[in-house]
Amino acid sequence: MGFDITSIRNDFPNLQQTVHGEPLVYLDNAATTFKPQSVIDAITNHYSHETSNVHRGVHHLSEVATAAYEGAREKVRAFLNANSTKEIILTSGTTDSINLMAQSYGRALLDEGDEILITEMEHHSNIVPWQMLCQEKGCVLKVVPMNDDGELIIEEFHKLLNAKTKLVSVVYISNSLGTINPIKDIIKAAHAQGTSVIVDGAQAVSHTEIDVQDLDCDFFAFSAHKLYGPTGVGVLYGKEALLDTMAPYRGGGDMIASVTFEKTTYNVLPYKFEAGTPNVAGVIGLGAAIDYLNTLDFTDILQYKQKLLAYGTDQLSSIKDLRLIGTAKQKTSILSFVHPLIHAHDMGTLVDEQGIAIRTGHHCTQPVMKHFGVPATSRASLAMYNTTEEIDALVKAILHAVEVFQ
Amino acid sequence: MGYDSKTELYQQVILEHNKKPRNFGKMDDATHDAEGYNPLCGDQLHVYLHINADNVIDNITFEGEGCAISKASGSMMTQALKGKTMDEAKALFTEFHDLVTGKLNPEKCEHHLGKLAIFSGIWHFPSRVKCASLSWHTMKGALDKEQTISTE
Ligand SMILES: Cc1ncc(COP(=O)(O)O)c(C=O)c1O
Repeated sequence: MGFDITSIRNDFPNLQQTVHGEPLVYLDNAATTFKPQSVIDAITNHYSHETSNVHRGVHHLSEVATAAYEGAREKVRAFLNANSTKEIILTSGTTDSINLMAQSYGRALLDEGDEILITEMEHHSNIVPWQMLCQEKGCVLKVVPMNDDGELIIEEFHKLLNAKTKLVSVVYISNSLGTINPIKDIIKAAHAQGTSVIVDGAQAVSHTEIDVQDLDCDFFAFSAHKLYGPTGVGVLYGKEALLDTMAPYRGGGDMIASVTFEKTTYNVLPYKFEAGTPNVAGVIGLGAAIDYLNTLDFTDILQYKQKLLAYGTDQLSSIKDLRLIGTAKQKTSILSFVHPLIHAHDMGTLVDEQGIAIRTGHHCTQPVMKHFGVPATSRASLAMYNTTEEIDALVKAILHAVEVFQ
Repeated sequence: MGYDSKTELYQQVILEHNKKPRNFGKMDDATHDAEGYNPLCGDQLHVYLHINADNVIDNITFEGEGCAISKASGSMMTQALKGKTMDEAKALFTEFHDLVTGKLNPEKCEHHLGKLAIFSGIWHFPSRVKCASLSWHTMKGALDKEQTISTE
């Protein structure tokens, strides 16, 4: 099929604009990706022609909207290679998915003294829900450390994993470092200990093909907006047998089979976790994003992004005194860096003047910042529609910033 | 490199104060002090004041980590406040706050900001306003005897 960058860029209307008089260079894809026209059209179409609630009415539009909504669920199932759509819970995002896990699965499973194992490179959304649970239940949060390249110290993981570990929750790909963790090994070792594993796949879905059966993960969370889809939609995949044992997390409409004031019986999977009117248009948009990706070849995308990463790493490394944060052997196209003369926020403002969008700050991973002894980093995160010319523009803008601060 | 800066944000004065912040360091005999924190960027700074029996700030210092805007703002604040009374300092806080939030146009309104008027353009950068105001909020917190100030 080949990888046609020009044609891909043409699919994303957001790319076709100038910022401060310069062509926009968008390098903040780990925060959120742009949406192809087909996703925007799918959402517009829902609001223009198919607006209706789902699972409620017998009228025509409700049937149409329900079919589109459930069709999107099936697309997600196929995208993850899950066994059944019963295993696909639609949420509002990764954060919501992890909170569901903590409040439903975690709360029922964990007792005082039990341990939850996470890593030093987790996003705050895979730290705070567990801390809240630990506070409530008296369990203990254990943290697998990383080395100075931003790689997990896997021997430490094996040491920390023990009979008291009731849950392992790990980020597949780090949003602040780009590290790809050896997720399959982690899952295998945890299963040997009888421990379930939750995978935070927020960054992974746009970077690598996901097969939840091959990974054998018990749960997998991601957000549509980092996969060229809309904000406000996410997914929690869970093995059916485990989801079956879990109690609902929120109560309301749609998640029930019958309600009387004496007793409520819950709906079947996946609906028992989907209380209230869902983000119908958003879910349809997620389905369209998956359709869009299916027109491309993941191997091509991956190769192209690895090429961008290698080029970007070379170019940034050539800047005097610039330090790359996150130099794992296995990593994706995320380039975090610091410069001794320039605070990340000044860097962000100065490159923005040239129309270049990067992220500056702690990236919701304050423990990572602490590890590297920096308050913040600048981060360029590259998507499949970025180009080496855009990396050149970034390098030029950084050199200009250095000159200003010299 | 090939182009000029397009904004007025990083003027020489700011860059110079960033490089050589005035009154930078800890004060051992401070009568008032507070810690300021900007959770957005992790910037942290500490402001120390020595206030004499006449309620005059006879010494003021700051220390900490931050971007050029926050460092330069802290540095210029210490220069502006040395010798001022507590009430004058609080009044100047209000003027500075109005300046960086775009409520006070230094070219149109009467003010006592002097060199601090250089920060007037920052309200065009909403995410950076807190960088400029962190030291001032921390100073005010110290005067009001609050220990920790957060910009959120
Ligand atoms: C690794 C990782 N986990 C979790 C999240 C949270 O995702 P969301 O804000 O979409 O819930 C993010 C997004 O920043 C992320 O990068």
